Amino acid sequence: MSSPKSAYSIPTKKGKLDTHIFVVWVDNESGVLARVVGLFSGRGYNIESLAVAEVDATKNISRITIVTTGTPQVIDQIKLQLKKLVPVHKVADFKREDKNVIFKEMALLKIVAQKKKIEKCLKECKKFNPVILDKTNKSVVVQITALRREIDKMSKKLKPLGLTSTSRTGAIAMTRGAQTFK
Amino acid sequence: MSKLYTGAEIVFKCLEDQEVEYIFGYPGGAVLPIYDELKNHSSIKHILVRHEQGAGHAAEGYARSSGKPGVVLVTSGPGATNVVTALTDAYMDSIPLVCISGQVPTHLIGTDAFQECDTTGITRPCTKHNWLVKDIKELPKVMHEAFKVATTGRPGPVLIDIPKDIQFSKTNYTKFKKEKKLNGKIHNKFSENEINQLIDLISKAKKPVVYTGGGVINSGPQASETLKEFVRLIGFPITSTLQGLGAFPGDDNQFIGMLGMHGTYEANNAMHDCDLLINIGARFDDRITGKIDEFSPKSKKVHIDIDPSSINKIIKVDLAIVGDVNEVIKSAIKKINKKQNGLKDSNKQRISKWWEQIQKWRTKDSLGFINSDKEIKPQHAVKRLYELTKNQDTFITTEVGQHQMWAAQHYKFNKPNRWMTSGGLGTMGYGLPAAVGVQIAHPDKLVIDIAGEASVLMTIQEMSTAVQYNLPIKIFILNNQYMGMVRQWQELLHEKNYSESYSEALPDFVKLAEAYGCKGIKADNPNELDDKIKEMIDYDGPVIFDCHVDPNENCFPMIPSGKPHNQMILGPSDKEQNKITGKGKSLV
Repeated sequence: MSSPKSAYSIPTKKGKLDTHIFVVWVDNESGVLARVVGLFSGRGYNIESLAVAEVDATKNISRITIVTTGTPQVIDQIKLQLKKLVPVHKVADFKREDKNVIFKEMALLKIVAQKKKIEKCLKECKKFNPVILDKTNKSVVVQITALRREIDKMSKKLKPLGLTSTSRTGAIAMTRGAQTFK
Repeated sequence: MSKLYTGAEIVFKCLEDQEVEYIFGYPGGAVLPIYDELKNHSSIKHILVRHEQGAGHAAEGYARSSGKPGVVLVTSGPGATNVVTALTDAYMDSIPLVCISGQVPTHLIGTDAFQECDTTGITRPCTKHNWLVKDIKELPKVMHEAFKVATTGRPGPVLIDIPKDIQFSKTNYTKFKKEKKLNGKIHNKFSENEINQLIDLISKAKKPVVYTGGGVINSGPQASETLKEFVRLIGFPITSTLQGLGAFPGDDNQFIGMLGMHGTYEANNAMHDCDLLINIGARFDDRITGKIDEFSPKSKKVHIDIDPSSINKIIKVDLAIVGDVNEVIKSAIKKINKKQNGLKDSNKQRISKWWEQIQKWRTKDSLGFINSDKEIKPQHAVKRLYELTKNQDTFITTEVGQHQMWAAQHYKFNKPNRWMTSGGLGTMGYGLPAAVGVQIAHPDKLVIDIAGEASVLMTIQEMSTAVQYNLPIKIFILNNQYMGMVRQWQELLHEKNYSESYSEALPDFVKLAEAYGCKGIKADNPNELDDKIKEMIDYDGPVIFDCHVDPNENCFPMIPSGKPHNQMILGPSDKEQNKITGKGKSLV
């Protein structure tokens, strides 16, 4: 646009987008998830996946893991804005490429097919710690844990083999080694 | 066993312990138990507004002019939704408000009960924090926490939603002790090293500028004193945002005027050309920065702010100091005085050329306008108002639009907390109720709302509040019959298609004043302006002053949208010798 008819400026530069995983420790009180998620939607940040559950029942602490993409400036803002929320205790953020952090997602896959195809499916799943949770003559429910893109790939691969239903969690994260995040 | 108190009693016990003197509110079904309890607490006075938005803005005016948190009491449903604008306004301008709202009884929550709404859901994005109190035992803790959240760190509004059954149910109350310890959300841990870096930058700068904002005001009156000492010590030119006006004396020679979209030529050019920019308690708002990519391209930037999320949000800075403005500048002064004896003199020499340049810019007289002896020019009206009120401690509020910018440009503030305006949200209708709140906090002072005829009609009902409590507020309307700022943008950007910006069928403001039981004054001749302003000031009671001004006047100087600071449009008096502005003009 050469002459913007606006009382606001027009964005000119777009920065490079990075994928980050945020781990947020919050008080497990009503509305806390809405605060965190509302912060993201209200400020136009992106959520790729979200996983949340209470991790400390005595202190009532929940751990929220959010995968998001943004420019370094936006990632920085997300962190600082999250820290401002009253029920937020601490915030950690990791680059997806970070070798010191383990990221995992879980998926439940239901395959409805003939025996042969089911066996083929299970073979494909082998790399991703498959656990067979339910089995009948015509179907199997298998649980796998893997990275997001690995699960994406699996879903694609298994579709023609009889994958009928997929349920997956958001990513969760844990640092390697003895150290914990403070 | 200790005595049990009802929820309503606990609300007041907490307010008493927080030394609250005034509540701005409006009753309704879901807060009746709290209203019933009001009579037993003589130290707390309730101000009955005419609309909940008015309560919110009045509390903002009270807070901004007194430094104390404003307290608002509203009912559920429409009471709560009506206050949302004021909460958002306070959130944007960092004003401490504690809003207490009634809610339907807990067993009816979620059933679409009469006057039910999801108040905490609606207000979540426009408060620092909010609480729905579902257990009476939580109430005392929540009430005190609310005041703490509202007033500490970067201040802002909070809301406590109290269901009606909680207001009736009972629990015990232990007296509140104010804790001195700061909590984890408050950041005041700047390091010595950062101060050293700041001083290093100060001692090297040749073209420095200090840019201050509302954070200085929020840091308390002491911060303004410290700022004055600091700026005089280092000898730098200082400019201020809209919200920061008054932190540094407006008539001081080191003050180069407000910056930003309608800031002075010298302030904006100084921002653009400087080699050191010290931001103290401001947030690089888009009305300030203009085009981000070309914002102050040659400068080292320092940002002092209490809110870590303000740092690098819009403009990348070279040195960030997170802390209370007053504390940071105080330690900088200390350091300068201790270690850098002679900095004062060496600074003055080093930046003398810079001051010469600023003087040159000043000669442009960018706030100049062509006066008339037939029509009242709005700028002239504000100037006369300033001249005739500057001898007394005057508090100014404004609505939003051209009149607001003219007030900011032509009224000079020498003390903090004297200037209340809606900057971030830009809420038309802010000024009148804010004036009510200011007058409550300062009953013996002169309080003037510089208003536009369009804005003031949005909350005109609060005149009734002013009359009820004998608040002698003066509503000084610059009446140009247009939504002036809208008209100005349409003139500049939309080929003079004045779509819906003319107000037909305006009320007769003098008769309106009389209908409310206050005084109405009308002026449309420059020759009688002074006498009429004096008449307004001398009148002991609320006044609506209908000042008919030139309807076609525009607010200059101006940075057109998406332009950097050095491409300003200047006023008509500059047109003949228009050099620098040529580029800017072709773009609008």
